[in-house]
Amino acid sequence: MLDLTPDEKPTPKPKIIPGAKQDWELVIGMEVHAQVSTRAKLFSGASTQFGSEPNSNVAFVDAGMPGMLPVINEACVAQAVRTGLGLKAEIHLNSAFDRKNYFYPDLPQGYQISQLYHPIVGEGEVLVEMGDGTARTVRIERIHLEQDAGKSIHDMDPAMSFVDLNRTGVALMEIVSRPDIRGPEEAAAYVSKLRQIMLYLGTCDGNMQNGNLRADVNVSICQPGAYEKYRETGDFGYLGTRCEIKNMNSLRFIQAAIEYEARRQIAIVEGGGKVDQETRLYDADKGETRSMRSKEEAHDYRYFPDPDLLPLEIEQAWVDEIAANLPELPDAKKARFIGDYGLSDYDASVLTADLEAAHYFESVVAEAKDGKSAANWVINELFGRLKKDEKSITDSPITPAQLGQIVKLIKSDAISGKIGKDVFEISYTTGRDPEEIVETEGMKQVTDTGAIETAVDEIIAANPAQVEKAQANPKLAGWFVGQVMKATGGKANPKVVNEIVTAKLGL
Amino acid sequence: MSIDTATAAKVAKLARIKVEEEDLPALAQEFNAILGFIEQLNELNVDDVEPMTSVEPMRLKRREDVVTDGNQPEKVLANAPDAREGFFAVPKVVE
Repeated sequence: MLDLTPDEKPTPKPKIIPGAKQDWELVIGMEVHAQVSTRAKLFSGASTQFGSEPNSNVAFVDAGMPGMLPVINEACVAQAVRTGLGLKAEIHLNSAFDRKNYFYPDLPQGYQISQLYHPIVGEGEVLVEMGDGTARTVRIERIHLEQDAGKSIHDMDPAMSFVDLNRTGVALMEIVSRPDIRGPEEAAAYVSKLRQIMLYLGTCDGNMQNGNLRADVNVSICQPGAYEKYRETGDFGYLGTRCEIKNMNSLRFIQAAIEYEARRQIAIVEGGGKVDQETRLYDADKGETRSMRSKEEAHDYRYFPDPDLLPLEIEQAWVDEIAANLPELPDAKKARFIGDYGLSDYDASVLTADLEAAHYFESVVAEAKDGKSAANWVINELFGRLKKDEKSITDSPITPAQLGQIVKLIKSDAISGKIGKDVFEISYTTGRDPEEIVETEGMKQVTDTGAIETAVDEIIAANPAQVEKAQANPKLAGWFVGQVMKATGGKANPKVVNEIVTAKLGL
Repeated sequence: MSIDTATAAKVAKLARIKVEEEDLPALAQEFNAILGFIEQLNELNVDDVEPMTSVEPMRLKRREDVVTDGNQPEKVLANAPDAREGFFAVPKVVE
């Protein structure tokens, strides 16, 4: 296979947090829960549609009714395999489902069907770029399929909690990383990258606000140098005791929670205390983490193989077929944009951050035949304009072909870059084709040297004082160029004007 | 391995089954009998034996990704001790 991994970049420096007594480093591992994009749930034929009437997307299997049996949705399995392949992970042809037992009102079965012992996806990796020229490869330990729980609503009644089982039984992929993440920004970048890859793959819609992508974060602190010893030996003894912060659905919260949690642990350790391994909750209003004591005793999940489900056996040919149909992934697309279009690393990152933006850009290039200029126009003009209108790229009023025309008109010297911006604005607001706008509005650049010469002559004749100054200091010739541009309504070709001004002033 | 009454009490609590104090020793005894049987099974060497998951060789049954169920909130809520506005209503549980 063609190796499309970008050139090796240096790894980012681990975040250092100064304590009262010494510096500390962070070690972070994450469990990302991604809702699988499918129409029906993991083990029932009920819909996964978000925002439906309460308890309307519920089959009796989901409600834990006696005698109901789970039947696996093959599309969920395919999506997990696709995600695994996207993370360059090992796919296990044999996996199995286990019951994780606990009681909670939003879990009517009394257990969650998960894959503890034999997950469907094994070890993989994700390249996390930090945008400053550094990148870290985060190792994936495993991905397993499991059921989501229902939703408890606590603010509808003073004495009761209300439970909606619509989400109960929707398929989740739990993506477990190794403790390879070394700071809050890296943690956010890691989640963003996973999200980007899954959006490219179409395996998770990535909607964090709706809770379709959530993360549990394991945080510990260690002495500088201790982490490297852990990596050399694999001995977790070099790392501190970790705390798990549960269920965060915002990149901002993830960073704030890690920051707070690290400082809390540093204060405990430097005060001579010991960090307790526990599950904590991030309170976004207070900006702090606190212990979830109620979860402690429930931690004995008594996993055992689910007797309702045979082991999940999939065929290599089926996996190969999925692999053959994988789309181009972000790293490969970015490398291609850099290689084929000569884009900078930064521009290529911006344009591949979102699949729709990448499509749009490539359609502009198809018309403009100039990757670099197309990138500039998409990133600087179009993105800026869309942002101002709070529009997404898919709602762009100017089509890629139209933007491509503008780039082409500038490239062929038919209009200047400055006029190009005016044409862009007209096309953006009216939907008219740039070629037609330039023609109808008479915006074509004047390259007729005769006309420009006349204009230059007139301005030189009218401003003898400026001529003297410019001849003494050639840098001031720009003033004449400006005047000519003004006199021609910006339509004169600036390059030609510059040449004529320079010649006429005898510079 | 031996199960004492404290462990039996813990298992009962995890399973949310109420067991009276005086019944715990008998329960612990039952657990021990079960574990004893399993220990007996453990004496067998099964190193080269594949785990048998079904008597007949069967493939896990799959369903297609089609919505075939749901839209029955009144049936889903029919057995609920308390339901309001389409939700199950339970004693308040807040972290």
